[in-house]
Amino acid sequence: MGKIVKVLKVISSLALFVGIWELIVLTGRYEPSLLPSPVKVLEGMGELVKDGTLITHFKVSLSRFITGYAMAIITGISLGLVLGYNKKVWEFVEPVVQLLRPVSPIAWFPFIVLWFGIGDVPAIIIIFIAGFFPTLLSTVSGVRKVDPVYLNVANNFGIRQPHLLFKIILPAAFPMIANGLHIALGTAWVFLVAGEMVGAQSGLGYLIIDSRNSLRSDLVLAGIIFIGISGLVLDRLIKLL
Amino acid sequence: MYISIEKVSKAFTLKDKSTLTVLDKVDLYIKEGESICLLGPSGCGKSTLLNLIAGFDTPSTGTIKIDGDTVTQPSIDRIVIFQNYGLLPWRNVIKNVELGLEAKKLKRKERRRIAEEYIKLVGLSDYKKHHPPQLSGGMQQRVALARALAVEPKILLMDEPFGALDAMTRMHMQDEIERIWQEKKKTIIFVTHDIEEAVFLADRIVIMTPSPGRVKTIIEVPLPRKRDRTSLDFLKIKDKVFTEFNLK
Ligand SMILES: Nc1ncnc2c1ncn2[C@@H]1O[C@H](COP(=O)(O)OP(=O)(O)OP(=O)(O)O)[C@@H](O)[C@H]1O
Ligand SMILES: [Mg+2]
Repeated sequence: MGKIVKVLKVISSLALFVGIWELIVLTGRYEPSLLPSPVKVLEGMGELVKDGTLITHFKVSLSRFITGYAMAIITGISLGLVLGYNKKVWEFVEPVVQLLRPVSPIAWFPFIVLWFGIGDVPAIIIIFIAGFFPTLLSTVSGVRKVDPVYLNVANNFGIRQPHLLFKIILPAAFPMIANGLHIALGTAWVFLVAGEMVGAQSGLGYLIIDSRNSLRSDLVLAGIIFIGISGLVLDRLIKLL
Repeated sequence: MYISIEKVSKAFTLKDKSTLTVLDKVDLYIKEGESICLLGPSGCGKSTLLNLIAGFDTPSTGTIKIDGDTVTQPSIDRIVIFQNYGLLPWRNVIKNVELGLEAKKLKRKERRRIAEEYIKLVGLSDYKKHHPPQLSGGMQQRVALARALAVEPKILLMDEPFGALDAMTRMHMQDEIERIWQEKKKTIIFVTHDIEEAVFLADRIVIMTPSPGRVKTIIEVPLPRKRDRTSLDFLKIKDKVFTEFNLK
């Protein structure tokens, strides 16, 4: 019962949104290229699905995303464990991290192109940067917040490194780390598209730039909707884990 | 003497660089297999003394020797049961009990067997797969006890082990400890605020002075086991303890 109500709510919210959109298109005197109608966009979406453009670009984006995100969580968690455990080293490194963290990954783009050229790599690096900081910071704080009682217990029972790390610290810090991974996922997806808009010749971000260049605003919007949907699906998937 | 605490003092340096003397030349000698209770006003250094015996901290002056060896670090021969039990919430009951056995490099099957044996001893065989947050306080306490006993320590150190339990559960746990202590012949040192608990469990009750902590008096409890909490002799000793605290 509750589920049906929920679904109905989602449907009516979306329908209302599309309805207002259609109304604006009908009553206003907008150029179709400035604000395409929902029907036009739906047709555009159908077109992208049918001719296979969407799936090609989606696959490219997804593989870049997975590569960059995996690199971010592997380095973020391993560095986070080491830095969280070594208070002195972290105190030394933290100012640099705090300085770099607020910088948008896109700002690195000029250097990324100089160092890594063009192709898949720039987008992957941008996703990496976007996912790295939330993962690192949540791992460090997760490790530092491990209840000292657990460490005393481990010490008492003679549990030494590396077992201490895997049996005590990592599981104790895991809820916070998982939270960081979730945040990192959302951020990385946002920057995937941005990265592909500035550097790539394929992918969902490129699809949008390409549609703009051919003056197809309906396809631009169709692309935006696909990006939103896939981001949402990814978010739900990681929540299941 | 099995455990000898010789002129042990402990001072902490506080943030403002002043020093706080918590324990002042504590002398205490404990025989193997004895059950000792530390009783004293809040802040007199009972937990501090227990931590020193456990080896989590070292005395400022004086020494603690066990079987002739000076204590310098924690050991699996002396297991502490913490007031909040110190169970790992991400492990179920049996995996919690296996924790100490893992460091002992036993085979997996052997670990399982020992863990099950001790879970049975504390009467939790039906809860092996439960996680600590799903258990009541008394049950968590039993898990902590099983985990401690499973590594076969010679000494059990308990800091207000039943402090968070209601009166009935508390008495059940006291019976349990008594039974296990008789069966396993451990040396037990425990801290409590409950005078009845002290008289019920201890061979000797060590009464400490207010801060800085010193040994004020030691009261022997020469009653046979298992003690009757309502017998006249029991009440007489309880009386004696109350008198020591000027509570009469
Ligand atoms: N690491 C520490 N640094 C500074 N002071 C400490 C430290 N540990 C304990 N103290 C102080 O030592 C005194 C004795 O503490 P302790 O915990 O041993 O008392 P206690 O007898 O166990 O008290 P309670 O019955 O309330 O548990 C307290 O005043 C406490 O603030
Ligand atoms: Mg205490």
